[in-house]
Amino acid sequence: MTAAVLFENVSRHFGPVKAVDAVDLEVAAGEFFAMLGPSGSGKTTCLRLMAGFEQPTHGHIEIFGETAEGVPPYRRSVNTVFQDYALFPHLSILDNVAYGLMVKGVGKEERRKAAEDALAMVKLPGYGTRKPGQLSGGQRQRVALARALVNKPKVLLLDEPLGALDLKLREQMQEELKSLQKSLGITFVFVTHDQGEALSMADRIAVFNDGRIQQLGTPEDIYKRPQTRFVADFVGSSNVLSSATCAKLGIPSAAASLRPEAITIGTSWAEQLSLPGKVTARSFLGAVNRVSVDCNGEKIIVTSPAAMPVPDIGADVQLAFSRNDLHLMEEA
Amino acid sequence: MRSDRSTSAPLGLKIAAIGGLAFLHIPILLIFLYAFTTEEKSYQFPPPGLTLQWFAVTWNRPDVWEALTLSVKVATIATAIALVLGTFCAAAVSQTRFFGRETISLLVILPIALPGIITGIALRSAFSMADIPFSFWTIVLGHATFCIVVVYNNAVARFRRVSGSLIEASMDLGADGFQTFRHVILPNIGTALLAGGMLAFALSFDEVIVTTFTGGQQSTLPIWMLEELIRPRQRPVTNVVAMVVMLVTFLPILAAYYLTRDGDQIAGAGK
Amino acid sequence: MSALATEATILPNRPGLTGRISDFLWKHPYVLLAVLLGPPVLWLGIIYLGSLFALLLQSFFSIDDFSGLINYEFTLATYKQLLSDANFDIIVRTVLMAATVTLFSALIAFPIAYYAARYAKGKWKAVFYLGVMLPLWSSYLVKIYAWKLILAKEGILTWAFTKLNLLWLLDGWLALPIIGGNSLSVSYTGTFLVFVYVWMPFMILPIQAALERVPGNLIEASSDLGGTPQQTFRHVLFPLALPGIVAGSIFTFSLTLGDYIIPQIVGSSRLFIGQAVYAQQGTAGNIPLAAAFTVVPIVIMGLYLWMAKRMGAFDAL
Repeated sequence: MTAAVLFENVSRHFGPVKAVDAVDLEVAAGEFFAMLGPSGSGKTTCLRLMAGFEQPTHGHIEIFGETAEGVPPYRRSVNTVFQDYALFPHLSILDNVAYGLMVKGVGKEERRKAAEDALAMVKLPGYGTRKPGQLSGGQRQRVALARALVNKPKVLLLDEPLGALDLKLREQMQEELKSLQKSLGITFVFVTHDQGEALSMADRIAVFNDGRIQQLGTPEDIYKRPQTRFVADFVGSSNVLSSATCAKLGIPSAAASLRPEAITIGTSWAEQLSLPGKVTARSFLGAVNRVSVDCNGEKIIVTSPAAMPVPDIGADVQLAFSRNDLHLMEEA
Repeated sequence: MRSDRSTSAPLGLKIAAIGGLAFLHIPILLIFLYAFTTEEKSYQFPPPGLTLQWFAVTWNRPDVWEALTLSVKVATIATAIALVLGTFCAAAVSQTRFFGRETISLLVILPIALPGIITGIALRSAFSMADIPFSFWTIVLGHATFCIVVVYNNAVARFRRVSGSLIEASMDLGADGFQTFRHVILPNIGTALLAGGMLAFALSFDEVIVTTFTGGQQSTLPIWMLEELIRPRQRPVTNVVAMVVMLVTFLPILAAYYLTRDGDQIAGAGK
Repeated sequence: MSALATEATILPNRPGLTGRISDFLWKHPYVLLAVLLGPPVLWLGIIYLGSLFALLLQSFFSIDDFSGLINYEFTLATYKQLLSDANFDIIVRTVLMAATVTLFSALIAFPIAYYAARYAKGKWKAVFYLGVMLPLWSSYLVKIYAWKLILAKEGILTWAFTKLNLLWLLDGWLALPIIGGNSLSVSYTGTFLVFVYVWMPFMILPIQAALERVPGNLIEASSDLGGTPQQTFRHVLFPLALPGIVAGSIFTFSLTLGDYIIPQIVGSSRLFIGQAVYAQQGTAGNIPLAAAFTVVPIVIMGLYLWMAKRMGAFDAL
């Protein structure tokens, strides 16, 4: 099956800045794909390369098997939900949604009906006569979604779609987007800097840093088995053990990641690994306690269920964890 | 939060501010009064009597009509040229980034930043060096040059408010460059262009310094006024013309104000 | 929507000429830039800058005293002539006038701008805005004409002074040397009043813009810290408004430097730079000297702009 989006060794340079640097990427058809990374990591430029707002400096891009370089945005069956929504302020909501059909020459009655259907799909029926300025942020976001989906795009691009919404609305929209994507079967590619959003929504995640993909995999892969220190730091907050600590555990490796919730304090079973250390800080976070332990100069964070007793600051403790939870990384 | 203190101004400031505004407006009100005076020979105040007869006299003066038509023609064509050039320039400067943008802005502003006499005499000596006879078109050429900046300023200010992603959104939804211009760019900058055009018209309609250098035998309304000011022939007719000129320039200015004000609201609502 | 359900992911080229042009311009954004920038840059570059350079060039030529023809050889003789006593007087007179006009414009404009920026709300804000914009944009000549009406011996000013029994004051003023004269309309005082009237609105707008950018809580902070209104004004408001005043002064100074119509209609027979330029190029036919005279405001304004830029005045424009 052809990939929805294919990047082969794609770079986009702005003068001396390598915004995207030799990226290889394959988004499968019907997939919910997330590009995760801090600002300036190249994820948004990748999205703009897919939309056609940017052209690659080197490399090759295909959308459903067709070459996309040199094809303007208006000839791609790809639509975008913009971060600031970019609704046309001078047009009514209905005309905003019908815009794509209008410029393609669809008849007035037909496009009105299609736009109304699309508005109903995003749960805004009857809002057509209003102007964008009269809607709330969440409503504008839905209009932007309807405006893109009414064109039946092959790929829908979402640029930080939930960034401007408050927490509660964001969680609600996450679920709606996910179910919308399932029911429509359209390939969604979305950009976010929020790892929680990426983990909960995406089928697969590409983690970006400095214009390169650090790791590409399922949310579980990314979360449990970070391959680089950057991914371990950025996605959640894994402990990264140095090569010296690894050596002490009898494992030859440049570095290894260890999730805080995989560690227990105190008793270790025979088959478990253990490290001695001293408690330096502790805080109560509701469901869990968060304990900082100094192991020979290396700070290790442990989260333990709130029901478990917590040692006092300054106490000497043993940290125990399974070998399977320790993930070796190629680089320090 | 504003404190109550800041909502009422000190008395001295109030008097100075209102006095300053009065200083700006009393001379203009006088123009309206003098248009009705019965006094023919001097600028006597208070007017000995009021009459409407000078409106009829002015109405029947062919030289006033000729000057008025010429001014309107020049202003119309100069405004049209300025609209095209100013909008093009504003679009290039605000929608793309290129080397030397600041230089372009400076170049556009220069014709009104430098005293009018410099623009005038420079054009005049260039025309005579190039053996171009002074005509209607040399006046238009001069006027269009300094009108560009007015359109440019209005258009740049609006372009800045039309977020760049609107154009990308339009392209993304399948509109090519021309469709995007027609359906997105034009509706969003239309009122700003209209306002810029109005102000350019007012500027050209009123211009006298550059015109004295670039015009030949033709006299625009301001040139006609200037001759009357230096060598008064029929003061009452001048009084009436002055009032009419005032009104003709007021209307586009008021229209420009309301156009850009509404535009701000539209742009503000889109945020 | 079925009509739209195209199978192709990449749509075909748009048919027709506009589609092809659109594609071409999208692929070559620099062509689009050239199309947009070309006409205005050619117009201003050739017509305007070309004329300006041609004019400046002429200031390095001289005029043959006998034939009255221009001698096309590089010389600084014209500049020497420019600095002769009589011509230098004209320059000094104009600069002094421009400086005085600027100072008084700022004094009158400040309260208006301050009130409009900090106290006028809602409808009054619009009244103040239009109250400044209308005089600013309305006809320059008609405004001068209005002052001819006001300053005339039989006009409203004399009438007002008579009614107030203050005619002695007006006569006393006119009896003063230099600034006085036979009547206000042929004195420097008259010229000065018209200059201030005509250019002052250009001072109000930048000051207002600068003051509007001063956050209200800054002034409250100053009062909270025990500042009297005078101290708040001197240490907080005035320094923040200064770039606006400098920006406004660019207009009032430059416009006064180059004007030749106001002193011609209201004023004494002593010339200003603008009048000298006009006379040299017209009746005297001495284009090189006229060109040299125009260099003076250009140089002065160049220096002025350079200093203004260093004071951050351009942010207030």
